[in-house]
Amino acid sequence: MADTAANGRPTEPGIKAIRLRHPWRNIFAVVLLLIVALFIADAAVRPAFDWPAVGKYIFDQRISQAAFVTLQLTVYSMIIAIILGVTLAIMRLSPNPVVSSIAWVYLWVFRGTPVYVQLVFWGLIGTIYQSIDIGLPFTEPWVSFPTRVALSAFILAIVGLALNEAAYMAEIVRAGLLSVDSGQEEAATALGMSWFQTMVRVIVPQSMRVIIPPAGNEVISMLKTTSLVTAIPFTLELYTRSRDISAVTFETVPLLIVASMWYLFFTSILMVGQYFLEKRFARGIGDRRPNKKADGATASMTGVTPVVGGNQPTVVLPPTDPPTDPPTDPPTDPPNDPPNDPPTDPPNDPPNDPPNDPPNDPPKGDR
Amino acid sequence: MVTALATPMVVADRVSKSFGSNEVLKSISLEVQSGEVMCLVGPSGSGKSTFLRCINHLEVVSSGRLSVDGELIGYREANNRLYEMRPKEAARQRRDIGMVFQRFNLFPHMTALQNVMEAPIRVKGLSKAGVEANARALLARVGLAERADYYPAHLSGGQQQRVAIARALAMEPKLMLFDEPTSALDPELVGEVLDVMQNLARDGMTMIVVTHEMGFAKEVADSLVFMDGGVVVESGHPSDVLTNPQHARTQAFLSKVL
Repeated sequence: MADTAANGRPTEPGIKAIRLRHPWRNIFAVVLLLIVALFIADAAVRPAFDWPAVGKYIFDQRISQAAFVTLQLTVYSMIIAIILGVTLAIMRLSPNPVVSSIAWVYLWVFRGTPVYVQLVFWGLIGTIYQSIDIGLPFTEPWVSFPTRVALSAFILAIVGLALNEAAYMAEIVRAGLLSVDSGQEEAATALGMSWFQTMVRVIVPQSMRVIIPPAGNEVISMLKTTSLVTAIPFTLELYTRSRDISAVTFETVPLLIVASMWYLFFTSILMVGQYFLEKRFARGIGDRRPNKKADGATASMTGVTPVVGGNQPTVVLPPTDPPTDPPTDPPTDPPNDPPNDPPTDPPNDPPNDPPNDPPNDPPKGDR
Repeated sequence: MVTALATPMVVADRVSKSFGSNEVLKSISLEVQSGEVMCLVGPSGSGKSTFLRCINHLEVVSSGRLSVDGELIGYREANNRLYEMRPKEAARQRRDIGMVFQRFNLFPHMTALQNVMEAPIRVKGLSKAGVEANARALLARVGLAERADYYPAHLSGGQQQRVAIARALAMEPKLMLFDEPTSALDPELVGEVLDVMQNLARDGMTMIVVTHEMGFAKEVADSLVFMDGGVVVESGHPSDVLTNPQHARTQAFLSKVL
């Protein structure tokens, strides 16, 4: 905590001053730690938690297989939901009223009914539509097969989860697309780019920055929503499997803990993935520094390397200006005099990286 | 500079544009010759920018005809009737018309070089190597060879606008439209952008510039059009209009900005 004051702002290394004290904060932290320690000490010996049973089941093959099934349900249904959601979002923004109405009705139905109810419906689809026929209406079908054979409970679970999730993804994607400045679309249009090129090359990449955080939320939410597919009924995923085992062995609480641990494990992995995705799409916006290559070029060209205070604690200033604004204090170069372009960084550029800020991608080779 | 024999680059014939009941352009008629630099001046809300946006079909005209290089904008004419263009055809027309915006509108997720390369690769389908060489040359031309790999957020406003000019030039347009290119810039950065534009004019580019920079208009423009309330109030050679305005409205405006 040498370089950061209590309010999270960096301190000035050149100023020696008595640090502001926060006695209540420390007392509160100690009390909190005591309470947590007491809870852990109690939980460790409380018979209902039955830790030996937790240890026995945590890597039980039935559990780990069920955890894998849960992961499959999450991944497959999310992939379908994202593709369908992007499609629906673009449909809703379409100037074609037929297309946008279709998307609106889809959203109305799938957001307006509980996912559990939808899953029960999907489970009954084999009863409602007993066979799937392919052919022209009112004629003998060319191909016909029974629904129950064609659609297993696993497939129905994925379809049910995906179609529901797509409605939510569509709204997230739509918000992202709308967040991109309209000048971007105009600039691309003025260059002669088609609507589709504008979307794919200009609008969607910029909207990802807005889309990814809530989409990450949705993935994590989906991981847990998979426990509802028991409504289909599909029983091989993590939660239902744990309940089935505990129904026989009467070890309810330990198996709930086991299931929770697996859910937490997957969630943690997803959060790490989300972090890297967010960094990737913050290119040119979130970072306040030129990319490494350009930076290196300027430094070697002029011999100016920003070094602040040798061994002193690093000064890391928070980026203060909003990302869309041009730098407030830009390097002024003489007009039309390229060789003399002074490569001095804007003064609010942090001279050193914060420790958790890996260098940005080089500009090329990223697609 | 103005070649009288060739077909005019831009012909506006009684162009009107309304947004709902609000008539922004009222029967604008003017011509821009090939190689001519025309400055559009006037108070805000006079319809200058709207007229500019009509020329590359970012806005659809309500009535009148607007053609660039002899080609009607936004419509196809056959059997004495006008047919609305497909988006693809409109996009093909826009390729030949470069536009520079007040707020630069660079693509923030691409470096300066990628911004310049994007349209030639995607729209014209040219090979990457050739486009890159050309893009670097264009960046050098606007004085930004060293900044090719910078993202727009790391460039000053003046530098961003120069990249935007290079991006428009990359499509090798026959006409360049500038929509208040220096209005969003710090005063000390205006000069570098105007210098680039002046060089462009010297190289014979046909340009229509909406601007409040009367010095630029006087020095660079071949013609000056003063608009107010959606009509052309006065037009002529910049030095005539600026030093000896005929209409009371022009006099009142110029007395405030000069």
